[in-house]
Amino acid sequence: MAERAQPLGAAGVIGIAAAAAIPLLILLATVAIIRVAEPGNGPTQADWAALRFTLWQAFLSATFSVALAVPVARALARRRFPGRGALVTLLGAPFLLPVIVAIFGLLAVFGRSGLVNSGLGMLGLPQISIYGLHGVVLAHVFFNLPLATRLILQGWQDIPSERFRLAASLGMDATAVNRHLERPMLRQVVPGAALVIFVICTMSFAVALTLGGGPRATTVELAIYQALRFEFDLDRAAFLALVQLAITVFLAMLAYRILRHQGFAHGLDRPLMRWDGRTPALRLLDGFLILIAALFLLVPIASAVARGAPEVVGLPQAVWVSALRSLCVAGASTALVVVLAVAMALAATRLKDRGGWIETAGLTALAASPLVLGTGIFVLVHPVANPEALALPVTALVNAIVTLPFALRALVPACRTIESEYGRLADTLGLRGWARLRLVVLPRLLRPLGFSAGLAAALSMGDLGVIALFADPDTATLPLQVYRLMGAYRMEEAGGAAVLLLVLSFGAFWMLDRGARRADA
Amino acid sequence: MRIPCLGAGLVMAAGAATAGSLPELTVITYDSFVSEWGPGPAVEAAFEETCACDLNFVAAGDGAALLARVKLEGERSEADIVLGIDTNLTAEAMATGLFAPHGCMAADLDVPVPWEDEIFLPYVWGYFAFVHDTGLEGVPQSFEELADSDVSIIIQDPRSSTPGLGLLLWVKAAYGDRAAEIWSALADNVVTVTPGWSEAYGMFLEGEADMVLSYTTSPAYHLIAEGDAGKAAAPFSEGHYMQVEVAGKLASTDQPELADRFLSFMLTDAFQEIIPTTNWMYPAVIPDNGLPDGFETLIQPAKPLLLSAAEARTVRVPALDEWLNALSR
Amino acid sequence: MLTLDRITFRREDFVLHADVSVEGPGIVAVIGPSGGGKSTLLSLIAGFELPDEGRVCWNNAEMTNLAPGERPVAVLFQDNNLFPHLDAATNVALGASPRARPPPAARDRAAEALSAVGLDGMGERMPGELSGGQQSRVALARALLTDRPLVLMDEAFSALGPALRLEMLTLVKSLLADKTVLMVTHDPDDARRVARQTMFVEDGRLRPAEDTGALFANPHDALARYLA
Repeated sequence: MAERAQPLGAAGVIGIAAAAAIPLLILLATVAIIRVAEPGNGPTQADWAALRFTLWQAFLSATFSVALAVPVARALARRRFPGRGALVTLLGAPFLLPVIVAIFGLLAVFGRSGLVNSGLGMLGLPQISIYGLHGVVLAHVFFNLPLATRLILQGWQDIPSERFRLAASLGMDATAVNRHLERPMLRQVVPGAALVIFVICTMSFAVALTLGGGPRATTVELAIYQALRFEFDLDRAAFLALVQLAITVFLAMLAYRILRHQGFAHGLDRPLMRWDGRTPALRLLDGFLILIAALFLLVPIASAVARGAPEVVGLPQAVWVSALRSLCVAGASTALVVVLAVAMALAATRLKDRGGWIETAGLTALAASPLVLGTGIFVLVHPVANPEALALPVTALVNAIVTLPFALRALVPACRTIESEYGRLADTLGLRGWARLRLVVLPRLLRPLGFSAGLAAALSMGDLGVIALFADPDTATLPLQVYRLMGAYRMEEAGGAAVLLLVLSFGAFWMLDRGARRADA
Repeated sequence: MRIPCLGAGLVMAAGAATAGSLPELTVITYDSFVSEWGPGPAVEAAFEETCACDLNFVAAGDGAALLARVKLEGERSEADIVLGIDTNLTAEAMATGLFAPHGCMAADLDVPVPWEDEIFLPYVWGYFAFVHDTGLEGVPQSFEELADSDVSIIIQDPRSSTPGLGLLLWVKAAYGDRAAEIWSALADNVVTVTPGWSEAYGMFLEGEADMVLSYTTSPAYHLIAEGDAGKAAAPFSEGHYMQVEVAGKLASTDQPELADRFLSFMLTDAFQEIIPTTNWMYPAVIPDNGLPDGFETLIQPAKPLLLSAAEARTVRVPALDEWLNALSR
Repeated sequence: MLTLDRITFRREDFVLHADVSVEGPGIVAVIGPSGGGKSTLLSLIAGFELPDEGRVCWNNAEMTNLAPGERPVAVLFQDNNLFPHLDAATNVALGASPRARPPPAARDRAAEALSAVGLDGMGERMPGELSGGQQSRVALARALLTDRPLVLMDEAFSALGPALRLEMLTLVKSLLADKTVLMVTHDPDDARRVARQTMFVEDGRLRPAEDTGALFANPHDALARYLA
């Protein structure tokens, strides 16, 4: 086997170091947790309850998300209407939406004095409460119904259009199409989608923090936070972190096995030409489903914006300072993601067939939830420094590690393509090191890089996880500030801060993603 | 992080610059103490008039979370004084070894318990009670009546909040071994458990529940500040658990004298007369001009309950487990 | 003079043997059936692949272990010869200076090279704005500028139509007259038209370069089979 060993270069060395450092950091955090976790101190009844609640709410959230997503995705797959493309794009938005903003919006709609309860009150019906299990599940469905819809819609798009043509030429009606084409597809796609959502929901912290109602609705992650911040019980926090780690590692491996062969959603803006389902009743049903799904997504966000937008100008200085802090955290996190992801993608490309582990190393971040990682770092740091002093850097670091898998997913294939198309040309020209990066790689990488950077910025901007674990009262980021204002029932200011956060998150994504596209055009 | 955060630094520096080079005294306390309608701003102004210093309040959640924070920061803390834990936590706090004796002669205290603590000084006290709208029908008169009713309540988490912990010990003091049973019966009345008093009271005012765990003195706020007689505290036949809130000096303080002066100041009229209409509880030393009008309308518990600091420390953890188990079902 | 000294290259069940010398300057065509090893041969010379045994030398200096950019070799690929995000002049200037910012001198020389290939004043065009023939000319201009005596062309003009391809080959012949050009092609006519010598590669065996006219006039059995 004589293939020219490509020189790794500085970037490649950094990439390998980063790829090694990430599992190492996770391992270190885990070891720190294991060392602190008191082995004799077995799980209490409350711990079991937290575990049960975590799994139960995740199960309900995944079930409802997927069950509702199937008819919505089918409606979207077989209908064309103006704004369909915009709606499908909108389905990607909750991924970037800061959790606390969504919760503010959901409270405005489903809270005690929200739209739904006002309506129920006018009809003389009993009020619903958004706190506890149903609130947590509602918020999770809000976030994951769009994701499930996208995944399942992808399944529909992947059915070859010839089959629909065949079905049409055979004169199949909607029921027959469903049996012969759609159900086999759903059997393949739905379990994966449900599992992804289940995993996401077991790691959801901010929703349980804000809408969970006491010990009955406490997730393991929330219990970690409580052990650390309410009682400063490091043993218990570490023990719970181990429990959470076990859940996520198990589920991540399961998900990896199931999802290995499924790609990222793409090309969803292309509606299928369909011949079945043309009866007026089905049209009405589909239209109704699409409308309800759109309202379910849009009304909470619109309510948050309507309630908060007028307050933005008058926000107190503390909110602006926290916004500045969030910008710093997001900026640092984004820079870190960009550097690490580019270096790791280059290393993966240059190592050729032996570079697969680099992406896998990045993926290990998915196995440790941000809060578990945060707990590990907390335990590591506490003996030598005040963890609160490191709140912002640690938040930026953990956010970066969590976003890295997504960035690698976008950058590694792009890097490989660049290498296969232009690598030899660059080699013969003697382009190496910085010149090669600057002249060849970065310009060709601009789009996926802009997308990854945008993602990193938006996710970091909206993060309400690690920061809650570490922050002292003086160093709130914007999402934490919104949470605190909501806690203090300063709803006007909370609304204004939520809108500011929304604008910053989406603005950062838009600027980086669109900026890169424009520069590339 | 430092360079890109220059902007944030400048904003904060601008705030700090106005304080000049005065010695700085940092007091960490609970959220509602420093809110604009709480005692914080008035206390800050009153103390700064006399101390030639910059008094700086830092809010850190509710009272019980304060202690967690003190433990977390340990000797690295930049705070000088912790204000807002109560006697249920003083034994635990003392065991950390992070506090220093106050060295003050406790003045004539109007706290209804004898005071011999050398570390902590009381500044305010009150009775816990469930507060409701006067329009509420069938106001329960005991925990058992409450448990049997459909009345919804919002309570605080005993791990983070001193009222939450007070309720835990209230039930324990009143029912002893039956406490777990009472909590199981109460579980379906609990709408939600908040981390602190502020959140719970805010939710109650927004109409999220019929009653909220607060103080017998809370209706005075609505009466005096808002001219609204529509809130009342429900008298419970088991008696009412008492809360004595205290402040203590951290051993790691870099301003020990200033801290002592603050603790002394805390028991003077200048501080104490701010308390009734901002903290909405009883002052630890009744000021010369007495209690404000309206306080006489408040209910007076027939049977005050209070565990000693040592008892509270022993009971806290098992009671907490009972509570968690009952409410997590 | 290019020397492939007892080269053996193995890749799975494919083996290439080469033990030949090529005397410059002039165009040497490399022909033979697909999968026979033509492109592998070029990769070994360019340095993209390393031989398992043997040496690659230029003028008796060994370059077996040199990186592609360090060899006296310029390459024209079948496609992706130009970086699509860089303008024509920058693409050419890279031949003179592979640095992030080519110095002004390199840009001046690039402009000259572009004139030489008939693209006077088109330096600011992006590759996407150029026709296929023009793109080939830009790549050729860069090969001119590299000052590297050995030029490898891997079916460089195969995407062009016959007339355009002939035009390019003629241009190569006149502009690269002082260089040794190794030209892989699938069309024996290309070899007949411009190649001084021709090498035949089949089943991983490389026959020595022979005079093109003589070879086609009197083809050996293998070539005859290939041409048939």
